[in-house]
Amino acid sequence: MKPRRRPPAKQKLVITGISGRMGRLLARRLHKEYEIIGIDRRGSRYLPKNVTVYQMDIRRKACEDIFRKGGIGAVIHLNIVHDLRKDAEEHHSFNVVGTHKLLDYCAKHNVPKFVLLSSANVYGASPNNNQFLNEEAPLLGASTFSGIRDLIEVDIYTNSFFWRHPEIDTVILRPVNILGHLSNAPSNYLRLKNPPTILGFDPMMQVIHVEDLIEAIVLSLKPGVRGVFNIAGPGAIALSVLHKQLGRTKIPIPELIAKPLVKLLWNLRVSALTPAELDFLKYVCMVDDRRAREVLNYRPQKSLRETIEVVRF
Amino acid sequence: MDKTVILERFSELMEQLASQAIDDQVLAWIEQLDRQQDEFGFDPFGFQPGFLKYVIPFGQWLYRSYFRTQVFGIENLSDGPVLVVANHSGQIPLDGFVIVGSAILSRTPPRLLRSMVEKWVPDLPFVSFFLARCGQVVGTPENCVLLLSRGEGILVFPEGVRGISKTFDRRYQLEEFGLGFMRLALETGTPIVPLAVIGAEEQAPSFVNARKLARLVGAPSFPITPTFPWLGLAGLFPYPVRYRLHYGTPMRFEGDPDDEDRVLKEKVEIVRQAVQDLVNQGLEKRRAIFW
Repeated sequence: MKPRRRPPAKQKLVITGISGRMGRLLARRLHKEYEIIGIDRRGSRYLPKNVTVYQMDIRRKACEDIFRKGGIGAVIHLNIVHDLRKDAEEHHSFNVVGTHKLLDYCAKHNVPKFVLLSSANVYGASPNNNQFLNEEAPLLGASTFSGIRDLIEVDIYTNSFFWRHPEIDTVILRPVNILGHLSNAPSNYLRLKNPPTILGFDPMMQVIHVEDLIEAIVLSLKPGVRGVFNIAGPGAIALSVLHKQLGRTKIPIPELIAKPLVKLLWNLRVSALTPAELDFLKYVCMVDDRRAREVLNYRPQKSLRETIEVVRF
Repeated sequence: MDKTVILERFSELMEQLASQAIDDQVLAWIEQLDRQQDEFGFDPFGFQPGFLKYVIPFGQWLYRSYFRTQVFGIENLSDGPVLVVANHSGQIPLDGFVIVGSAILSRTPPRLLRSMVEKWVPDLPFVSFFLARCGQVVGTPENCVLLLSRGEGILVFPEGVRGISKTFDRRYQLEEFGLGFMRLALETGTPIVPLAVIGAEEQAPSFVNARKLARLVGAPSFPITPTFPWLGLAGLFPYPVRYRLHYGTPMRFEGDPDDEDRVLKEKVEIVRQAVQDLVNQGLEKRRAIFW
């Protein structure tokens, strides 16, 4: 694609995974303030006209050329594959190697800011979790949910990069369940007409509207902001109330048969729910977002009700 | 008729029955209770004051009619952050239930005590969310600090499982106390109210704790009582003893919460002795176990 001419005053901003819904929202939010360069191996549509998109794999050498031109003010790394149906090895290589490469380019070509979109799920849902986990909590998500291993590895690698490169403002955002017109696990689950739950369990959950998250990403671009931030939404809500608000009829499954049943349905490609995700329907995995409120000055704008409503259809 | 209509009618009926069964004072308290609930009536710990309406009628019956609880020195339970430290006994944690009940039903104005539940409780179906809706919280230090900073009252059993599963021959002899509550008290400057529970030991007198059986069924203990396991789970239903609660005067401690265990142990021993003294006094005053 041919880069278009534009006034040079704008700072360059690289967004990886720009073709995803989140990337598109972010590009729309920021294209007036920044010169946006998107990288994605998927084709992209419906992006603002002044966004330049390179359709390539972030692991490819050609990708570095974007950085060689210089003048990049920040990188927002959204390009992490969560789809567990994809080949695990490829998936892992793309996520981990891709992030390594990207961080190398940032260090080599003096990019002052790197933002990684991680997830609060890296902490894992467990019966002895604190009600609110802070940023120092260990990342135990993979102990029962191996699908999240990539993300934890990426998160930890970025964390070590943060310490090795004090000259770069590295930011790791760990948002709670993101709801929106997205196709991520929590939104898909809540859009089910008859969502399965586990009989006798009704944990508290945190949800965040995708637009609030976009604002948090924008806030994290401020120079000088660095470190790990939990991003929580407007409040906590019990899973059953969530379903009730959305008018869903939940199907409570006894724990004993829930795991084999969900595994069977997953293998038959009937449901998108993986057996490991059941822990998130059983135990709390909630975060303390005090740091984001204090340092980023982040405040969710959407109410709990508005946040839930977004996945009604 | 539509299914949802039937459900609505049913919940209306329950609501009516519940509000008739509860004291007006307690009902008014539930409705005014502000625990920073969200628009759906939940606090961030999963506590739902509205849920108490369904629990209190049965709880009230158990508290007033079945156990005929007597409470002494409830005035020692002040407002503001407080740690209530009690002896733990009776095989099933009904003592916790009665203590929380006493703060709601025998105190004016009523106040909510939150007990710190064991870390395996969230693993139990139904129990996990039932306790959460009633305001009980998993006992991690971070949760305690957060609750105390919100000015809440916390109930702790420093004896833990050791206390509740002790056999009848060691009744009313306090087991060793854990140190966690003292670190919390020192860290947050919270007063400690000692509390003696009399009666719970006799609700399910256990001859022996069959540890091997306990391990087999994955339970923390396996008591052999006159009725359990002979009558099945029903054998664990408590005998109609009379509960007597003795609240002691608040104690305050000062010092470094990160001191060595040895230093903290001295302070903990003072609290343990205070609870043991209250227990002994309570036992002396008691004329009969069942009335």
